[in-house]
Amino acid sequence: MLLRYRGSEGMLAWAFHRVSGVAIWAFVLLHVFDIWLANVNAPLYNDLLGLYGSGPGRVLESALGAAVLYHALNGVRIIIMDFWPSMTRHHKQLWYGVWVVFLVIGLPFVVQIMAPAFGAQPPFRFGS
Amino acid sequence: MSSYSKSGKAKPQSGGWDVAVWYLMRLSALGLFVLVLAHFTIVHLIYDPAIQTNDWIAARWSGAAWRTVDWMMLTLVIFHAFMGMRTVIQDYTKGTLRMALLMLLYLGAIFLFAMGTMALVSFPDAVKVAS
Repeated sequence: MLLRYRGSEGMLAWAFHRVSGVAIWAFVLLHVFDIWLANVNAPLYNDLLGLYGSGPGRVLESALGAAVLYHALNGVRIIIMDFWPSMTRHHKQLWYGVWVVFLVIGLPFVVQIMAPAFGAQPPFRFGS
Repeated sequence: MSSYSKSGKAKPQSGGWDVAVWYLMRLSALGLFVLVLAHFTIVHLIYDPAIQTNDWIAARWSGAAWRTVDWMMLTLVIFHAFMGMRTVIQDYTKGTLRMALLMLLYLGAIFLFAMGTMALVSFPDAVKVAS
């Protein structure tokens, strides 16, 4: 689909929004289930945490963060264009803006999340 | 029904329920923008998920404040995520399949909302357990 229809930025923005949205929906299913599990079977939940904290778990965690951050920022772009239609003329610039903010905020998160997988100290420490 | 793009405009022209959902998607989006990004920052940047055991959750939920915030987030995310999936289903299916999938989706939303609420309300309070 992405290769056949060359809708450029607007179409990519839409496709990424949809894919990230469905991915986040799937994670919400998992996340409500795991917190429910923490209540009814604590040892099993604590085992599951080991999976979340593993190397592959942290890669997925970063992917989740990327999906959430893109969906949030592009969502703001959509709201801006919905309620301020003249901004639609600048939809490409807005989308590039989304990516600038995405990288600036996202990179520190990825470093923080991935550091333990490489045996490194996370760069940001909060009290503990 | 509610093909969002049929009219060439973002907002559905049919009125009623579809327009209400359109506005509620944007309203819940604003709430989730604050709640989810704050939530992700707390449980992925400030605290490593690997330490968030059952005891950690009990400490976080000792008292009504965080439970209330998390229940608001649960409510908004269930609405936003499942209504988003409704649009996806309506885009790619029609007829009986669409009807069946939508029924399954709405039932799933109610079931998940009940599960999340149950966990939030009945999670043992760390302070009360200790005393």
